[in-house]
Amino acid sequence: MATAEAHRSAGIGKDLAVYLCLLVLAGLQFVIARQNIDASQMLWRMLAVAIVEAGLAVRFFMHLGTEKRGFALFVVIFTVFVLLAMQYGWTDSSRMVIGAPFSK
Amino acid sequence: MSQADLTVDEHSTGLTIGPVFSIPTKKLAMWLFIIADTMTFAACLVAYGFVRNGSPDWPRPFHSITNVALMTFILLTSSLTMLLALRSARMGDKAAAFRWTMITAAAGILFAILHVREWMALISEGMTLFKNPWGTGLFGASFFTVTGLHLTHVTGGIVALIVVGVRYKGGRYNADDLEILGLYWHFVDLVWMFVVPLVYLLNLAH
Repeated sequence: MATAEAHRSAGIGKDLAVYLCLLVLAGLQFVIARQNIDASQMLWRMLAVAIVEAGLAVRFFMHLGTEKRGFALFVVIFTVFVLLAMQYGWTDSSRMVIGAPFSK
Repeated sequence: MSQADLTVDEHSTGLTIGPVFSIPTKKLAMWLFIIADTMTFAACLVAYGFVRNGSPDWPRPFHSITNVALMTFILLTSSLTMLLALRSARMGDKAAAFRWTMITAAAGILFAILHVREWMALISEGMTLFKNPWGTGLFGASFFTVTGLHLTHVTGGIVALIVVGVRYKGGRYNADDLEILGLYWHFVDLVWMFVVPLVYLLNLAH
């Protein structure tokens, strides 16, 4: 945990700044929710904000940025790959709503 | 000793030198748990999105964002108090580290109470796992599954915060253990950042 040590001794200022950023971003999601836009646009905007929030939390609160580079890459690449692989079923979900039959 | 023995010996030595990625074993285990848990939550949220996208009569039962906004604020703030606990522990201030850990646990309890209050309000309006007065019954199943899974994690985190905090104060655990617990708590916070927009804000009544 030696590499994370320098980061931790940097003072509380950075943690507070990240916390305030997260609060603002969380607030932004609530603002987006009140906008008069269609659900898919709202979803993409909120997801974008959530991904930025998650990035900040992982980088600064969970200190992944100060871990060994190989480990950080392992976590990010593995996780993102599986998350993307989970998205394969959306076309079937849309098929359900338009009532199209299964292909023969 | 033959060349083959030497090779085997080198290999076995190479395999046992230091922890993987130069990360302590307990911390690596927590990261692997977090990766696995990410998949669990992602699968639940994707399944939720799948049925929401495929259901034309998806209900939008939430009229107020006050409760969920308060819950979000409390959980985000608890992440900050967890960081303060770890910082105090690193500086050797055991009393402050224990105090911040207990404040984090208290914030978690408050979050759980608000969450249960939210559930009770929905249940009193007639929402169950399989039916609700507003639209497809799948809403209740997916809502209670996703938020229930998160609430379970929060509850587990509260218990862990209290146990680890007390043991840290008693000298059985050290700052590294608090850091590992902090990873879990921040992860619970991180998941909430996705649950709020997908499960609550997208289902606000307009």
